[in-house]
Amino acid sequence: MKYLTGFAMFWWDFIVGDSIALAVGGVAVLLIAAGLVRADQQMVVQLAMPAIVVATLAVSLLRGDA
Amino acid sequence: MSATAFLVAATFLASAVEAVEALTIVLAVGLTHGWRTALLGVIAGSVALAVIVAALGPALVSVIHLDQLQVLIGVLLLIFGLQWLRKAIQRSAGQRAMHDEDAIFQRQVSSLGATPDPVKSDIDWNGFVVSFKGVFLEGLEVVFIVLTFAASRDGALGPAILGAVLAFVLVCAVGTVVHRPLARVPENTIKWVVAVLLISFGTFWGGEGIGVEWSLGDLTIPVLAVVYAVAGLALTSMLARRTAALRMRTEGAA
Repeated sequence: MKYLTGFAMFWWDFIVGDSIALAVGGVAVLLIAAGLVRADQQMVVQLAMPAIVVATLAVSLLRGDA
Repeated sequence: MSATAFLVAATFLASAVEAVEALTIVLAVGLTHGWRTALLGVIAGSVALAVIVAALGPALVSVIHLDQLQVLIGVLLLIFGLQWLRKAIQRSAGQRAMHDEDAIFQRQVSSLGATPDPVKSDIDWNGFVVSFKGVFLEGLEVVFIVLTFAASRDGALGPAILGAVLAFVLVCAVGTVVHRPLARVPENTIKWVVAVLLISFGTFWGGEGIGVEWSLGDLTIPVLAVVYAVAGLALTSMLARRTAALRMRTEGAA
């Protein structure tokens, strides 16, 4: 059990690291983009993706994540 | 130009674009996380690619869905790139010590309940995964390019492979020449630039995988890099001002 927890913690640290905002933001970027592609908003998605990425980074920095 | 020469040139150019993308990532990992880590990723990525190509051959195109792979790799590069850029910005703004990776590594190792091996501890697994993914995905794209051109007419496989091999050799030679001068750039600057590149590749690949048709094609990557670099500089400046103001208030109160 100890090793399983350690293994899970390793992967959590590896992917999420010390800022959950960035991990959530990274996934959210692609989910929102997928929605825009489905709605056939090709021009909007090309502007929205970098905008959400920058917003995610700003939120993580301003929240003062370690 | 004969049809064969045209085929070699076309495969060469298309493969060179992919090889340069892989080289950028490998150089980035090598400069920030050590050459041993980067090269281990290259070897592991190349071996994985060779095994898949040997096992599946031309059936590869119908078995592996490149778009799904792009989404997976895109989202991981985005997350890793954002983590690296956040730390680089915090260091530039004076909010974080310049060298804190060793402490992070020790924390990760102790969370696994293991004692760090002095020989193995110079391999950074974050860097390894990034290097591996870069080589594997770009290599897979080169394989797809070769197979696509090879399918264009009988006897086209040889010239298509020749074009790809020439591109690989040229890009490797360029990488060997440019890695030394790049190593003289300050560490945090390199980390900053690398993070911007990872986020750019992550956005581009992730977007392609879910069906975004980038208006500028592969040229979108440098455009995204400029956008992220400008945003990163603005955030660094904002955070530096905030950190300085906070320090002044703390010193004033003391």
